[in-house]
Amino acid sequence: MQLVCPAGNLPALRAAIDAGADAVYLGFRDQTNARAFPGLNFSDAEIRQGIAYARARGRSVYVALNTYPDSARLSHWHRAVDTAAELGVDAIIAAEMAVLDYACRNHPALPRHLSVQGSATTAPALRYAHERFGIARAVLPRVLSVQQVERLCRTAPIPLEVFAFGSLCIMVEGRCQLSSYVTGASPNRHGVCSPAKFVRWEEHAGGTRRVRLNDVLIDRFEPEEPAAYPTVCKGRYGVGGEIFHALEEPTSLNTLELIPRLARAGVAALKIEGRQRGAAYVDAVTRTWRAALDRHRDAPADWTPQAQWQSTLSSHAEGHQTTLGPYHRAWH
Amino acid sequence: MQLTLGPLQYFWPRERTLAFYREAAHWPLHTIYLGETVCSKRCELRTRDWIALADELVAADRQVVLSSLALIEAESELGALQRLVDHGRFWIEANDLSAVQLCRERGVPFVAGPSLNVYNHAALAMLMQDGLRRWVPGVEQGRVLIDELLCALDAEGVARPQVEVVAWGRLPLSYSARCFTARALDVGKDQCGFRCIEHPDGLPLSTREGRPFLRINGIQVQGEEVTDLSPELPALRDLHVDLLRLYPQADGMQAVIEHFVEALAAKTPVAPLGQRNGYWHGEPGMSGVAARA
Repeated sequence: MQLVCPAGNLPALRAAIDAGADAVYLGFRDQTNARAFPGLNFSDAEIRQGIAYARARGRSVYVALNTYPDSARLSHWHRAVDTAAELGVDAIIAAEMAVLDYACRNHPALPRHLSVQGSATTAPALRYAHERFGIARAVLPRVLSVQQVERLCRTAPIPLEVFAFGSLCIMVEGRCQLSSYVTGASPNRHGVCSPAKFVRWEEHAGGTRRVRLNDVLIDRFEPEEPAAYPTVCKGRYGVGGEIFHALEEPTSLNTLELIPRLARAGVAALKIEGRQRGAAYVDAVTRTWRAALDRHRDAPADWTPQAQWQSTLSSHAEGHQTTLGPYHRAWH
Repeated sequence: MQLTLGPLQYFWPRERTLAFYREAAHWPLHTIYLGETVCSKRCELRTRDWIALADELVAADRQVVLSSLALIEAESELGALQRLVDHGRFWIEANDLSAVQLCRERGVPFVAGPSLNVYNHAALAMLMQDGLRRWVPGVEQGRVLIDELLCALDAEGVARPQVEVVAWGRLPLSYSARCFTARALDVGKDQCGFRCIEHPDGLPLSTREGRPFLRINGIQVQGEEVTDLSPELPALRDLHVDLLRLYPQADGMQAVIEHFVEALAAKTPVAPLGQRNGYWHGEPGMSGVAARA
């Protein structure tokens, strides 16, 4: 299985390659990708440097163009596809039909991966993207159980990539309007969930803190309590008279223990989330997965997840907690 | 402009559901959408029951469209979708790409539901080649975005499909593999006991300051506010919107229908019955928060 790692900037890209990523994925410095955060992402010149660095070591670079252009801005996404092709990236990762169609018609030799934001969860949905846009691979949304992933590996017309580690979107990717409901900024259209400019931290007497997203209270923390970044889905709310994480706790997905099953199922690639994280995260997480995958390749029969791998991953997880998430039925 | 009754998003007991649609058969509706869009475990009405109900409503001279699940995970869910498509008599509301593909393979006309993510004219034109006849824009697409999309379609020389805008109800905002109702009631999804049947308008979620915020509805999350686009009828007419979608709610649906009938007949905008839909104005969907995106 290929290991696909995030790069929010050049140092992270180098860290991923040095730590053993088979491919890195990155985005342009605009709203064409789903991590359009200030200070993140790549200029064309930086992508050239990144490609040179990766190629010299036999690795690949993918460009995420996985947001949804409206009609007035579609030509900007077309240009981004052209630029990706001119730069010579190994694949684009796209979600939106018009973007995929444009790439398919104008740059047929540039491999197209269906992004997780494309929300394809079934064989017919994957057939659609394959027949219509000639996708070479699809990234599955983080909603399926491991049994469902196994079945889909048998029925999908193309190889599949699944999420292995990182922050967990609790909602079906590409179909969550919670951020835009509160802020007007849409992950699909603007490439950003819960933009920092809408976040306001308030310190109160006694050391409690409140965090708001565009005036809506997402959570309140006691003085010693670890505070999480305020996405709507990971706040605490009142439901039926109780206050709790009604949608999801701040936690990260970690499927390390599933490596043997995913490999047996024929999963083509494992994706690490976290283009918004720094080089240290990318280095530690990539190194850990590389070691685990190499060990599995060399001795699949007696592979077990090592405690040291798990503790490294937990220490880089959101809220220092990890979960098997939707892969494990009981999580649902 | 005519009215449609969107698919029932909540889970009601069988008799209540059937009684609701018996009443709906007498309302001045162009189209009634039938079927389960949220959770396949909700089986007070099974696929064959929805189809039987569809046959009855067609006899009452209503167009019926069979709505599909927004999130399909299990083979059994795919099988149910296949049965809807294979029936062949009704258009399908495609709420994900699986439904688009099955309709395309079988040559069945379909409506693009609001969770299908059609954001531009090129995507819409492609779906029209696949059999799309009607487009329901996603909830976050407001007046300007819809206008730009339709004008771009005109500029390409592509005939517009029917356009249906969500005009009434709580907006469906997201879907998950997880059931939030089961989580709130501290039961497993596989042992949920179908408890969402106890919440015919969803389960209210408020902030820690007590501000009503969202509604939990199984694997779906909705906005708390019941949105009402009736004050925007002049703009909707300017856009040549064909149909206004009204989402079913537990009580007072007839009054909602009457409100829209009155609004459509009035020469000047009527006072709204529900709340402002910020998305329509290019703002956050929720009212009462700053608009500065």
